Amino acid sequence: MCHQTVSLVARVLEENGISTVVMCTARDIVEMCGVTRMVHTDFPLGSPCGEPHNPAQQREVLEIAFKLLETAFVPRTMVQSPFKWSKGEAWKDLVFTPEQPYQTPEVEKRWLEKKEFYRKLKAEGKV
Amino acid sequence: MASYVRYIDRTRDYYLSKGYDKPYKWAHFEDVPFTPLKKPLAESKVVLISTSEIEVRGAEQPEGDDKSNVGGMYSIPSNVSKEQLYSPSHSYDRVATTLEDVDAFYPTSALHAAVKSGRIGGLAARFHGVYNAYSQRRTRERDAMEVLNRCREDGVDVAVLVPV
Repeated sequence: MCHQTVSLVARVLEENGISTVVMCTARDIVEMCGVTRMVHTDFPLGSPCGEPHNPAQQREVLEIAFKLLETAFVPRTMVQSPFKWSKGEAWKDLVFTPEQPYQTPEVEKRWLEKKEFYRKLKAEGKV
Repeated sequence: MASYVRYIDRTRDYYLSKGYDKPYKWAHFEDVPFTPLKKPLAESKVVLISTSEIEVRGAEQPEGDDKSNVGGMYSIPSNVSKEQLYSPSHSYDRVATTLEDVDAFYPTSALHAAVKSGRIGGLAARFHGVYNAYSQRRTRERDAMEVLNRCREDGVDVAVLVPV
């Protein structure tokens, strides 16, 4: 949902005269929403700006975003960064699968509570 | 090499397998706006906008509401070093990666380096955080508009947006 939220905000800024670039990992969600400029780095959710503790790579990913700002001339321009996750690609087969639950049971419980609370607020007309 | 993960398909199947039978309806727009750069990046003021729930260590909890997924937004000073920042978010691949290094999802150090090298003109005084909302309309009409207002107050030319 984070990817959708930043995409929605980017669209509003862009509609109002501020140039934007979204740096993401979940490319399909950003494409579905539709943004002006996107840098996709094919890394796990949580590392859209480069691998943790790799400042040189993080600077390079940001530089790709800067270049995209300078060169894009139509909306929906996407650049794929060239980096590969250093620990291989096994994570792609596991994320959001029954074999590897996305959240710990405790976090999932809190998520369900938030969901229920939101339903209640909605039913009461508070949201 | 495996292709990139299709999260829309993957999450739909995942939550179906857990018994949630109503697939989430993702935001979709045909038209996409376009604002070209108004001046060179070396003269532009840049803002960072994130959904990582980023917080400053020891500071009060940011204003906003992440307790019920009704959204909300908040700002933190842009001149806070990465060592003072952390994210309590759980919205990431906890098995494959970590949020220990905030620069991997909140490129504050790289942005400050870009100012120092003259690649960008400067940074806005405030960076912004936006909480996810179940209501896409609330994100668009309330939280994004408040981000826009604050960007205008700070004279922002360019926004870098990063989900966690």
